[in-house]
Amino acid sequence: MSAPLVEINDIKVHFPIKRGVVLDRTIGYVYAVDGVDLSINKGETYGLVGESGCGKSTLGRAMLKLTEPTGGRIVFDGVDLSSMKGEKLRTMRRRMQMVFQDPLSSLDPRQSVESLLIEGMRAHGLDKGKESTGKRLRELLSAVGLPSTALRKYPHEFSGGQRQRIGIARALTVEPDLIVADEPVSALDVSVQAQVINLLEDLQKEFGLTYLVIAHDLAVVRHISDSIGVMYLGGLVEEALSDELYEEPLHPYTRALLSAVPVPDPVVEDRRERILLAGDLPSPANPPSGCRFHTRCPWRQSERCDTERPELREINPGHRVACHWAEDIRDGKIRAHEVKPELVEMEWDTPVDDASLAGPASITETLGP
Amino acid sequence: MALLEVRDLSVVFQRKGEEPFAAVDGVSFDVAPGQTVGLVGESGCGKSVTSMAIMGLLPKRGNKVTGSVKFEDTELLTLSDRQMRDRRGRDLGMVFQDPLSSLNPVIPIGLQVTEVLERHRDMSRKKAMVEAADLLNKVGIPDPRRRLTEYPHQLSGGMRQRALIAIALACKPRLLIADEPTTALDVTIQAQILALLADLVRDTDTALIMITHDLGVVAGLCDEVNVLYAGRVVERGSRHDLFAVPRHPYTHGLLASIPRLDAPKGERLSPIRGSVMDNIPWTSGCAFAPRCPNATDVCVEVTPTMESDPVGARNSERLLRCHNPVAQEVPA
Amino acid sequence: MSTRTEKIDALAKKAGHIGDDPGVSLTAAAWRRLRRNPVFLTGGVIVMAFVVLAILSPFIAPHDPAVPMLGDQVIKARNQIPPSQPGHPLGGDQVGRDLLSRLLVGSQQTLLVGVLATLIGLTGGLVLGTLAGALGGWVDTVVMRAVDIMLSIPGLLLAVSIGALFARPNIYTLIVAVATVQIPVFARLLRGTMLAQRHSDHVLAARALGVKPRAIVFRHMLPNSLGPVIVQSTLVLAISIIEAAGLSFLGLGNPDDRTPEWGQMLGTAQNVIDSHPQLAFWPAGCIIVVALGFTLMGESLREALDPKSRR
Repeated sequence: MSAPLVEINDIKVHFPIKRGVVLDRTIGYVYAVDGVDLSINKGETYGLVGESGCGKSTLGRAMLKLTEPTGGRIVFDGVDLSSMKGEKLRTMRRRMQMVFQDPLSSLDPRQSVESLLIEGMRAHGLDKGKESTGKRLRELLSAVGLPSTALRKYPHEFSGGQRQRIGIARALTVEPDLIVADEPVSALDVSVQAQVINLLEDLQKEFGLTYLVIAHDLAVVRHISDSIGVMYLGGLVEEALSDELYEEPLHPYTRALLSAVPVPDPVVEDRRERILLAGDLPSPANPPSGCRFHTRCPWRQSERCDTERPELREINPGHRVACHWAEDIRDGKIRAHEVKPELVEMEWDTPVDDASLAGPASITETLGP
Repeated sequence: MALLEVRDLSVVFQRKGEEPFAAVDGVSFDVAPGQTVGLVGESGCGKSVTSMAIMGLLPKRGNKVTGSVKFEDTELLTLSDRQMRDRRGRDLGMVFQDPLSSLNPVIPIGLQVTEVLERHRDMSRKKAMVEAADLLNKVGIPDPRRRLTEYPHQLSGGMRQRALIAIALACKPRLLIADEPTTALDVTIQAQILALLADLVRDTDTALIMITHDLGVVAGLCDEVNVLYAGRVVERGSRHDLFAVPRHPYTHGLLASIPRLDAPKGERLSPIRGSVMDNIPWTSGCAFAPRCPNATDVCVEVTPTMESDPVGARNSERLLRCHNPVAQEVPA
Repeated sequence: MSTRTEKIDALAKKAGHIGDDPGVSLTAAAWRRLRRNPVFLTGGVIVMAFVVLAILSPFIAPHDPAVPMLGDQVIKARNQIPPSQPGHPLGGDQVGRDLLSRLLVGSQQTLLVGVLATLIGLTGGLVLGTLAGALGGWVDTVVMRAVDIMLSIPGLLLAVSIGALFARPNIYTLIVAVATVQIPVFARLLRGTMLAQRHSDHVLAARALGVKPRAIVFRHMLPNSLGPVIVQSTLVLAISIIEAAGLSFLGLGNPDDRTPEWGQMLGTAQNVIDSHPQLAFWPAGCIIVVALGFTLMGESLREALDPKSRR
């Protein structure tokens, strides 16, 4: 792998919370993404994982400037996108595309497949003539495993997996370099997920694509990604090559996350050590001081954790962790302890995702063999 | 004696001007007291409809239910509405998928719990409130007495699900049906809720039917697993046996196509070819035949029946519906 | 490359899922369902009959509606008006004009008022709503507050107020009055649907593709917003007819009653309603039936175009 295709620096996306009767006033912010640095190399797949409210989807959209970042820099293939807008940005969009989670709502129900696929080409002047365009469309459709007869049909006449393929074909029509896949398989049946995952991998090889895959399913992300970044409450807490992240997770949140994923193997399940988190997920409108995770961290210490926000620093080559005590935890010098759950009152209008974390004090359960 | 015996349960949906559609097409399984049984399958396999049919919660019109569902020797399908209402909550509890829409948004949580207690255990409001606080505490909701007066939207998703479990278990039913209880939740909360369910059913000796599409959840929780495809059970076995030795090509294919967290990156997934639209009706043969790598001629002519499978049985009985199962080595 | 295309096309043909037939668009699917819906058919028949009648009425009316040919049968002193007689099945009105002819030709004016008022209201509302929905920001705020103010006044009252502003009321002031009342209805509707579209995934996808903003508004947002607008139009037509009748009844319409119009006929019939109720009954009945026809069409259209009831 080579030079970075995308580099983002200290990206922030803060959504204002507005209240008001006649005119809306801003009374606070939701810190959806709060200072993230990462880079993706050409040809590689970067997986971004995290649970609801961590900001991964927002980060994906900010990277493509579909959501305007509140601060920070985005550099795409050497070009600074941060202040780009209008027509210049529109033409730049050709090179970075997105595949969406819900194949039904991301396809305009009133347009035929042909119309949907041509749209992007027309917008960038790639529609050179009926013959060549028709040929290209048919080729792309077969690349995603759909026949030419699909062109005349409408989105509602297809199954979920087929619609997702159409969405992928649409992204490919403009010959992009980067594809951001936002939960590309979550809305699909289990047996169809594998087909689409394989398809994405094949297409990457065939067209030399670079991927940012955003997903909550750790197993899918591990399978498809070269590197993985773990997000929590708007920040990146750990980043490593996918195998190393699984074998040696260094951040307490990553460890809890990995221990929670069910594995379809009873022998493994019986033997696992489960780390159960305590308390509610703090509101992104009111994040904890210092380390965002300190309110629920089983390894929290009395110094630094609640006052100083940890930097994402390199512990092993290629392995970055945002934790003050990462080395000590790894070496066993600090032990896990019980955490008193801190209750967070759910506010009426706060746009926080519903599935927040909650739970009692029990932390580590070792299920006997 | 089995606590619940389901035999040849069938639910056929009939809409005006459309072909009748058998969502459940002859499902049979047993649940022993205190046992955790899994019903696993993808969307459209009929697992949710099965649970609704057992609880008697299907809409009055537009469907026809046949077969037998015996709860401790009482046939549930022939009971009147009133008799079924008596049983729901008291003998049979249910936990649904989406906690926000399953809880009444305009009634405080406490009242939703006491409602069940007053109905089935004849408690006074005062006593029921005390019991409700105790229940909320048992399911791990912090500060339960304050939560009693709060509304569902004031709780987070995980806590709402815990409240639902509290309501379901309020009257100590002997059977609890959980229909995709953690599908809408984040993975770390899912772990908590599953651990909670496992603890509760063990402490109260409640039988649990766990309905899910997630094989990982089933691997950690259930004693017995039934795999459903196109409205019928195609394989059944104990947890360890089924995963170690999957005999039905569908089970085998499903396991091979799921990316596993503990598998190294780079091994290509082997998806099951085709999709659920490629089924043939069970009356013509095996519904899975068009997608099956092991399909033979007899598979599209003769409907396979559920038979005992000695090859797959390691620790307990195995049942299999297949003409040509996945070959496995018989242990020496 | 092309061998792969051929292979997949052949495989798909064998499997038969994605057939060779042209796809069925949502509009076509909705139309298919509508054709079999008895509610739609009933409403459609009524509306068609009304439109045909209105267009052909000057030719099929048996007599000239403006001529008081039965005038000699009107005896004011004894409160007598021409009864039903051969050649005049419905009799005459207070001045001796043939009632049937007046009813038939009156449909023309009524249709004109209804259609024009709806069209003007629709256009005005479309422009305002699209601006507010697509541009957002302060444009949205200003437009919507104005709409709110207008909507807070009951429709008929507002129409009457506007109608009364004109020194010399005639059929065109009537249309303007009724149309003005409908503009905020359409504006709010359009703005709502456009806003919903703006936040939809497929519009985001079009943005991500780099589709130009104008193309997004006209190809993605507007077509998907039109469903509720079409439904609303049919209902507004019915309302316009009734409101126009109301204004005519109050004397704010065409003062010259030689050109018949149902609402106006209803208004003048009030004087003799005790003794000759049929003079009010016939025009009122016509208004009701036509309004019903449009409403039935509108309701069944709403059901057909509602994505949630789609299977």
